[in-house]
Amino acid sequence: MTLETRVFTVTRADLVRYAAASGDHNPIHQDEDVARSVGLPGVIAHGMYTMALAARAVGEWFPGAEVVSLGCKFTNPVVVPAEGGVDVEVAGEAKEPVDGLTTVALTVTCGGQKVLGMPKAVIRAT
Amino acid sequence: MPVDQSLVGRSFPPTAAYEVTEDRLRDFADAVGVAYDGRQAPPTYPIVLAFDAMNAFLEAEQIDLFRIVHGEQKFAYERPIVAGDVLTATLTVASLRQIAGNDIIGTASEVEDAAGELVCSTSATLVHRGPQQGPAA
Repeated sequence: MTLETRVFTVTRADLVRYAAASGDHNPIHQDEDVARSVGLPGVIAHGMYTMALAARAVGEWFPGAEVVSLGCKFTNPVVVPAEGGVDVEVAGEAKEPVDGLTTVALTVTCGGQKVLGMPKAVIRAT
Repeated sequence: MPVDQSLVGRSFPPTAAYEVTEDRLRDFADAVGVAYDGRQAPPTYPIVLAFDAMNAFLEAEQIDLFRIVHGEQKFAYERPIVAGDVLTATLTVASLRQIAGNDIIGTASEVEDAAGELVCSTSATLVHRGPQQGPAA
C-alpha cells in the first residue's frame, strides 16, 4: 500500500530547537564555517532530525501505532540555507503485515536526491 | 590521527541516570514537529541517551564532535519510553575501520531503565572525518 507522501520544510531555526531538545550541539548544524572546515557543503540538518521527520510521517500514517524498530543510513546531507528552508519529502510503502508486524519502507528525499539509505520502520498493527 | 584499533569490544561506563519528564518529552516532540500525546516518547527519543553515551566516548578518546558525521542509526524497542523512566545508556565499540582517511566507528548502546531492564537497543555508525576530506558522501 502506497502512503501519501509528506513534505516537511526544514529551517535553521528548526535545527536550533532540535539541538536544544536533543542535546546534539554539533556546530556543523549551526555554523557555516565549521561545516565547511570539515568538507561539508554548508550547514546540514542533524541526521537524527531527518530521521525524526521520517518517524513523524509514520506516526501520521499510523496514528498511535507502536514502533518496534526504526533504522536508516545517512547517505546525503540535507543542506539547510541561512534564509528560508529546504523541503524534505517522505514517501512510504506499507508491506503486508506478518505476525502482526507491518514493515514500512520509506523513501526520503531532498531536492530530488535520496538523503537516507534504506529507511525502514516496523510497526505493530493496531 | 586514526582511532585506536584496540577500542573494538570495549564498553564504556553507563551514562549518568537521566530522568524522562513530561517537559523533556514535550520539548523533544515539539522540536520534531509532533504533538506529545501524554504517553509515549517519539521513536527517535532514545538518541538523547545514545548521544550522551557517544559524547562521553568521544571525550574519553579525545575525538572532536565537529569531525563526526552520523553514518547509520538503528533502534530496536523493547517498550516505549514514558515519563517517569530513569534511563542510562551503555556504549560498546562494535567495529572500527578506516576508509579514505575517515574512521568508521560502529557503536552499540543499550538503554536500560532503573530496574536494569532493556528499553531500547541502538546502534550507530559514526564517521570521523579526517582533516582533508571532500564533501560528504
